[in-house]
Amino acid sequence: MLNIKDLHISIEGREIIKGIDLEVKAGEVHAIMGPNGSGKSTLASALAGRELLEITKGHVTYLGEDLLDMSTEDRAKKGLFLGFQYPVEIPGVSLVNFMKTAVNEQRKFHGLEPISASDFLKLMREKQDLVGLHTKLTNRSVNEGFSGGEKKRNEIFQMAMLNPKLAILDETDSGLDIDALKIVANGVNKLRTKDNATIIITHYQRLLDYIIPDYVHVLYKGKIVKSSGKELALELEEKGYDWIREESK
Amino acid sequence: MSNPNMTRDLSADLVKLYRANAHVLADNTGEILNMQRQDALEDFMRLGVPDIKNEDYKYTRIEDYLKGNYDVEFTNDPFKVNLREIFKCDIPELDTHVVLVMNGFYYHDNNLSDLPEGIIVCGLNEASVRYPEIFRQHYGRYARTANDGLIALNTLFAHDGVFVYVPEGQRLDRPLQVINLSFSFRNLRITRRNLIITGDNATCNIILCDHTLSAHSYVTNSLTEVYAGKNARFDFSRMQNENSISSQITHTFIHQEENSVVSSNTISLHGGLIRNNFYSRLNGTGCENNVYGLFLGDDNQHIANYTLINHATPNSTSNQLFKGILDDNATGAFNGKIYVSRNAQKTIAYQKNNNLLLSPTARMNSKPHLEIYADDVKCSHGATIGRLDNEAMFYLRSRGISEKEARQLLMYAFADEIIGKIQVSLLRDRIIDMVDKRLRGELACCSNCDLRFG
Ligand SMILES: Nc1ncnc2c1ncn2[C@@H]1O[C@H](COP(=O)(O)OP(=O)(O)O)[C@@H](O)[C@H]1O
Ligand SMILES: [Mg+2]
Repeated sequence: MLNIKDLHISIEGREIIKGIDLEVKAGEVHAIMGPNGSGKSTLASALAGRELLEITKGHVTYLGEDLLDMSTEDRAKKGLFLGFQYPVEIPGVSLVNFMKTAVNEQRKFHGLEPISASDFLKLMREKQDLVGLHTKLTNRSVNEGFSGGEKKRNEIFQMAMLNPKLAILDETDSGLDIDALKIVANGVNKLRTKDNATIIITHYQRLLDYIIPDYVHVLYKGKIVKSSGKELALELEEKGYDWIREESK
Repeated sequence: MSNPNMTRDLSADLVKLYRANAHVLADNTGEILNMQRQDALEDFMRLGVPDIKNEDYKYTRIEDYLKGNYDVEFTNDPFKVNLREIFKCDIPELDTHVVLVMNGFYYHDNNLSDLPEGIIVCGLNEASVRYPEIFRQHYGRYARTANDGLIALNTLFAHDGVFVYVPEGQRLDRPLQVINLSFSFRNLRITRRNLIITGDNATCNIILCDHTLSAHSYVTNSLTEVYAGKNARFDFSRMQNENSISSQITHTFIHQEENSVVSSNTISLHGGLIRNNFYSRLNGTGCENNVYGLFLGDDNQHIANYTLINHATPNSTSNQLFKGILDDNATGAFNGKIYVSRNAQKTIAYQKNNNLLLSPTARMNSKPHLEIYADDVKCSHGATIGRLDNEAMFYLRSRGISEKEARQLLMYAFADEIIGKIQVSLLRDRIIDMVDKRLRGELACCSNCDLRFG
């Protein structure tokens, strides 16, 4: 599904991602872990198409196509979803209107008619229940005035609405208490099928108690320094990142 | 371009034009209108058309827009066209009392049979003759000609417009919609003058729409005086929609007595030059004054808003909020003044101007000016000039929304704060629609106008 080859990314001339290889197949869950500042968010938002980032080297294919050639919106329409570490507040843009526009753009892309008002409301309610986002959403602007936890749930809610093929969740667990964490994990697990894949970015292992990854990768200073099965997460939890720091010296 | 003699030549030409036609004006208009022309002439000869050395006009080269060959209609020729046929407003569900004004003349065939008793809506000139007492009390009392040549010019050439009188305790049941049309076979200089009197405890809501119906250039100097008596409620929405070769200068004078509440909301959708001057005088205690504006400019348009809110008495509140979106080579200006006199204690006065520039060549000047002589006041002002938020753009696009649509959502979100303040909900819906179309670069003319602007 996703194939990253020797990817290098710079921000304002400074290299942040220094050569990454990663393959994600349909049905898999990958976890990317690593201390703050190692480049996890940079990698995630580059995959989603953030323009500020400069790809200096490497290739990425997604569903057999050159991902780096696609616009941000086309990536999304083709099923790539980024759950933001810091969801953006957009005063004046209603969340409902935003979601309706997004759902319809996707439907248009797949040759479908716009969704009817009643189907849309039904879909919204169903997905809100799924992620435990019980806030009344009508008349609210995108993320404006949302608490930290609400923002994260809102990301999972949007993911559920758009039903992506590849979801990249950037620290969706941070700022959540354990109950919220369970609900979010539950949401992710329910959306998991053999046809889609998930990349979970986190620097705690606790989310991985609820979402069991097939692979765990450790990103450190812009490189994947370790890749293994789910037991790596436990090892990290036990030994901390100092162990990685020591090893990569 | 900057010929120092230009405004002087232009002013001299306008004086000549007046002198050549003074007798026609005098013969066709009421005594009260004529009584003020001599002072206006003297003031205009002294002040002339303002140039950019005038602090209040430094961002607007007004003479560039006013010069040129224009016809003037001094008399109300019986219209050769039936206005009802050429103009159909497509907001029928708006349910308003509608009056049409053509090239500054009140249309003879306005149908106002179902106005509530006691409320008067008629042509300005007609009112000056039929209701001289009330007319004399207010006409020219708020718009002082001594400070601005363009005000003097309006009083000098004033001949007609709309007169509204809502007597004490009365309520205009539905909004009054005044539709100003410009339609001719030549370029035209137009003077419009309105007088609106809302008596003590009276309520009145007016919607004003400006349209150019043919692809000629119109230079319009439009002045509205509003009196709000004690405890009166007056709400004023204005939609400016003219072609790119036309210029519109408006002056709105609001005089408020004790505990009155007056709000105005000016949506500048389109026009070559739009210059709006707002003057509010809070003359009684406990007043509330709101001045809101949204302006959308692209191409080479210039849109300037000027305010002067005068707190003359204690315990009043004023709010100013102006928001602008400028694209291409459009330029804009906001020049906002708050004046608080020495005895106007407990004044609350806010002013905000936010602007969104969509292109590197669009320009905005924003200049607040506070003059405060009382010590127990709460005043604030703030101005921002920014661009579309990249983070928000990325967020929207990452959900599959196209760049174009994402821009649209963000621009609309920016404008929404002003539109949300429009009180007539059907008008608000209509304006939402028009602003949306305007921001998409589609024609912003009401879709049912048989004649569209050029
Ligand atoms: N917009 C930006 N401008 C400049 N530097 C940035 C920007 N975003 C991230 N960085 C830098 O890139 C590095 C990696 O950051 P990030 O990808 O956020 O790490 P992580 O998500 O692993 O904590 C850090 O050194 C950070 O300071
Ligand atoms: Mg991060």
